[in-house]
Amino acid sequence: MTGPRLEMKNIRKEYFGNKVLKGVNISVEPGEIHAIVGENGAGKSTLMNILFGMPVIQSTGGFKGKVLFNGEPVPSSSPEDAMALGIGMVHQEFMLLPGFTVMENIKLNREPTRPNLWSRFLGSKMETLDIQRMRNDAREALDRLDLGIDEMLKVAGLPVGFMQFIEIARELDKNNLQLLVLDEPTAVLTESDADTLLETVKRLSEQGISILFITHRLDEVLKVADQITVLRDGEQVATMSPKEATVGKLAELMVGRKVQAVTRKDNCETDMECSEPLLSIRDLHVEMPGEELHGVNLDVAPGEILGIGGLAGHGKIGIANGIMGLYPSTGKIILAGETVPLNNPVAALNSGMAFVSEDRRGIGLLLEDSIEMNIIVQAMQSQGKFLKKGILQLMDFEASRKHSEKMIKDLDIRCTGPEQLTRRLSGGNQQKVCIAKALTLEPKVLFVSEPTRGIDVGAKRLVLNLLVELNRKAGVTIVMTSSELAELRSVCDRIAIIYKGRLEGVLPPDDSNERFGLMMAGALTHHMKEVS
Amino acid sequence: MPEDTLVPEKTTLKERFLDFYRDFGVARLIIFGFLLFLLASALFLKLPMEQILSSILTRFGMNGILVLAMIPSIQSGAGPNFALPLGITCGIVAATLSIELDMAGFSGLFFSIGVAAILGAITGFFYGILLNRVKGQEMTVGTYFGFSIVSLMCIFWFLAPYKSPEMIWPYGGSGLRVTIAIQERLGKVLDNFLSFDILGVTIPTGLLLMFALFCLALWVFSRTKTGIALSTVGSNPRFAESSGLNVNRYRIIGSSISHAVGAVGIVVYAQSFGFIQLYMAPLFMAFFAVASILIGGASLKRATVTHAIIGTFLFQSILVVSMPVANVVVADNIADVIRIIISNGIILYALTRKEIGGDVS
Repeated sequence: MTGPRLEMKNIRKEYFGNKVLKGVNISVEPGEIHAIVGENGAGKSTLMNILFGMPVIQSTGGFKGKVLFNGEPVPSSSPEDAMALGIGMVHQEFMLLPGFTVMENIKLNREPTRPNLWSRFLGSKMETLDIQRMRNDAREALDRLDLGIDEMLKVAGLPVGFMQFIEIARELDKNNLQLLVLDEPTAVLTESDADTLLETVKRLSEQGISILFITHRLDEVLKVADQITVLRDGEQVATMSPKEATVGKLAELMVGRKVQAVTRKDNCETDMECSEPLLSIRDLHVEMPGEELHGVNLDVAPGEILGIGGLAGHGKIGIANGIMGLYPSTGKIILAGETVPLNNPVAALNSGMAFVSEDRRGIGLLLEDSIEMNIIVQAMQSQGKFLKKGILQLMDFEASRKHSEKMIKDLDIRCTGPEQLTRRLSGGNQQKVCIAKALTLEPKVLFVSEPTRGIDVGAKRLVLNLLVELNRKAGVTIVMTSSELAELRSVCDRIAIIYKGRLEGVLPPDDSNERFGLMMAGALTHHMKEVS
Repeated sequence: MPEDTLVPEKTTLKERFLDFYRDFGVARLIIFGFLLFLLASALFLKLPMEQILSSILTRFGMNGILVLAMIPSIQSGAGPNFALPLGITCGIVAATLSIELDMAGFSGLFFSIGVAAILGAITGFFYGILLNRVKGQEMTVGTYFGFSIVSLMCIFWFLAPYKSPEMIWPYGGSGLRVTIAIQERLGKVLDNFLSFDILGVTIPTGLLLMFALFCLALWVFSRTKTGIALSTVGSNPRFAESSGLNVNRYRIIGSSISHAVGAVGIVVYAQSFGFIQLYMAPLFMAFFAVASILIGGASLKRATVTHAIIGTFLFQSILVVSMPVANVVVADNIADVIRIIISNGIILYALTRKEIGGDVS
C-alpha cells in the first residue's frame, strides 16, 4: 500500500466565532511517529477531537476541511466509526474501570463468547464469556508491550505508569489498529516510565502502526518523532523532521512572537533593587490537586505587576490559592515585614491580600446574588465593613449601595444596576465584579488568577487594561497568574515561570521566546548545560 | 455576547409580562388560578364566605411560623427542612410540660414557646452536626430522620412520667393520649387576643401579630452579618470559605434556628387548633410546610420571608376553600386527597426544576 495512512487537509474549526484551528495540514505515513506540540490552547485537543469524531465537534457547528484515512474520506460522525476504521486513542485521563481486572479492561465490550443453553433462547447477549481466550488475547497484547504484569490483577492499586500501558494494550488488542493517538502520554509518568513508554512507542511504529503523539515535552519529541508539527493559536507554524529541529527552535516556535505593546512602567528594573520586597514567599508547599507546589521562593516588589506563568498542572495556580488559605499549605509568607499565617483565609484577607480566583463561577461569585452583594460580602464578613453599629450587626445598605455604585462606575461594569444577578452578566463583566470584590478589601497585594479565561477577545483587553490602570494609578501591587504567556508579557514587569511545582526562573517580559519556551518546558538549565 | 451590546433589558409591556410570568412560575400560576376557581365555585354554590374567610385567616396564622422554619434551613444550603418533626416534637414536649406544670393562658403559652425554642435550638444543633456529615443528601436524610424521630417519640409519649390527668390515658393511668384537648389551657389564647369581627369575618389579631413578629425577626436576621453569612454559605460554600467563613458552623446555626422556629410554630399551631396531637401526627407536617414555601416561590436554595407568607396563604387558602366546595360537589373527604396531591405535587415539581440557570446567552 502506498500513500499516507492519515491525511488531514486544511482543517478549520471555530467555537462561536473564535477560530481555534486555522487551516492545519497533517499527513502521517504508515509506521510513522508524528508529534504534535504546542502550548495549552494551541488547538491540539480540538484537532484530535475532529479526528476521533467526538460529538462536541458536531454540536458546536462541525469543522471545515478533509480527513482522509488510507485515502478514503472518514465519516467521522462518532468515535465508534473512528474505532471501526482502526484509529485508537489513549486519553490523558485514564479511562479504566478500577474494580475490573487488567484482562477485563482490555477486552471490555469486545469479549469473545461461547453460545450456551440460555443464549439459544435469549440471544447472543446471554452467551458465556470465553475467559481462556480473553486471557490469551490480553496476554498477547501485553506481551507486545513487553509488560510482564499478571492480566488477572485488578486495575485499582496498580501504579499510574502501568495504567497508561494497559490503555495502550487495549487499543492494540483491537485487531485492526492502524493509527494510535497518544494524548500527552508521559504527563503523569516518572522519567523511567516515560522512557519505557517511548521505547514501546518506537516498537509499535516498527510493527507498522502509525502514531500521533501529542506532548509539550520537547526532548521526548526529538527522541522519538519522525515528523514534528508545531501548533500555535490554531495555526500550523511548522512541520519539520527532528534533524532540522532543536529544543530551542521548537520552544521558540511554540511560544511565538505575539507580544503586544508592552505597557509596563519604565522604572521597573530598579524596583527590586531599590526597595525591600513587599511580599516574600519562602519554601511554599501547596497541596492543590493537579497544581501541587513543592517549595517556591519568590519576592514581590512594591508597586510591580509580577506574572506567574508555566504550563497547566505545574503548580502556578497553587501559589495564590495556597497563600490565600484555600488549600493546605506550608511555608512562610511575609507581607510588609509581618508573617501571615497560612491555611487561614480570614488572616490572609485581613493582612491586606485579596484574590481573584481562576474559578470565577465556582469560587469567585455568588451567581444567584446581586452584583452589590457579591462586591461587599467578603469585606463585610472578614473585615466588618458595611455594618451598622450595634449588637445586631445590621448591614448598612446605604453604604454598600454607594460603594457598589462607585465600583460599577469606576470599573465600567456593564449592567442594569447593582441589583442585577451576576449570573446574567457576560464573562468580562463577571470578572470585573470579582476584581471589584477584591478591591473592596483595599488590598496591598492583589492576586489575580487567569483573569481572561473564558472571556471573549475584546473583553480580555479591557480586563488587562483595568489591571494595569489599578497598578499604575492606585498603586496596587499585582501578582497575576496566567496560562497565556503573551498576556503576561504584555502587562507584567517580571515573569516567574513555575515548572513541576518549583520556580524555574524569573525573566523580564521582553526576553526571547526561546528562553520562555525552554523554561516552561523545564529545559533551560538542561539545555544550557548541553550547549556549554 | 459582545461586551458592548449588553444594554439594559428593554421593558416593553409584553416582555414585562413575560418576565413576570417567568418569575412567578408556571406552578404558582396554576395554583393561583385553581384558588380563584375554587373561590368562584364557593360563591356560586352560595357557601358561607364569612366563615371561609375567617378560616383562611386562622389557618394562615397558625401554619405560618412552621413555614418560616424552612427559611434558615434553605438559606444555609441544606434545602427545605424535611426533618421538621424533630423541632415539632420539641414544641410538643414544651406544651405538654406547661400543662404538667399546671400553667394556662399567656403564662402557659410563653412558657411553652420559650422552652420549645430552647429545646429546638439544642436538638437543631445536633441535627446540624449530622447534616454536615451527609452534605448533598440533606433532604433524603432529613425525611427519614423525621420519620425515625416520630416513631422514636411514640415510645417516649407512652413511657414519659407525666401525671396530669388531662393528658394521660384515663384507664391504665400512664402514657399520654393521642390527642390532648387544651381548650382550657392554651386554647385560642392568641386567636382571641384583640380579635374583632368585620362584616362577619373574624380577625385573629393576636395570632397574626405573632406571625408578623416572627416574619419581622427572620427578616431582620437576614440583614445581619450572621444572616448574610448564612445565605452566602448556602449560595456558594466555596465562595464562603474563600471569604473566611466556617461553612459547617453556619450550617449548624441554620439548622438550629430552623428547629427552634419549628418548635415555636407547633405551639402556636396547637393553641389555635385547640388540641395537641401526639404519636404519628407530626409525621407529614414537614411536607406541608415544605410545599407551602415552595408554592410561595422559594427554590431549594433560596427562600425569603415573602415566599413563606405568599406560600402559606396560597396553600392554606386552597385547603380551606376546597373542603366545603368538594363536600358539596364531589364527596366527603376529597379535600384531604387534594391536600396531599397539591403538597406532594409541588414538592415533586420543585425537586425536578432545574436549579442552576443558564449562562449569559
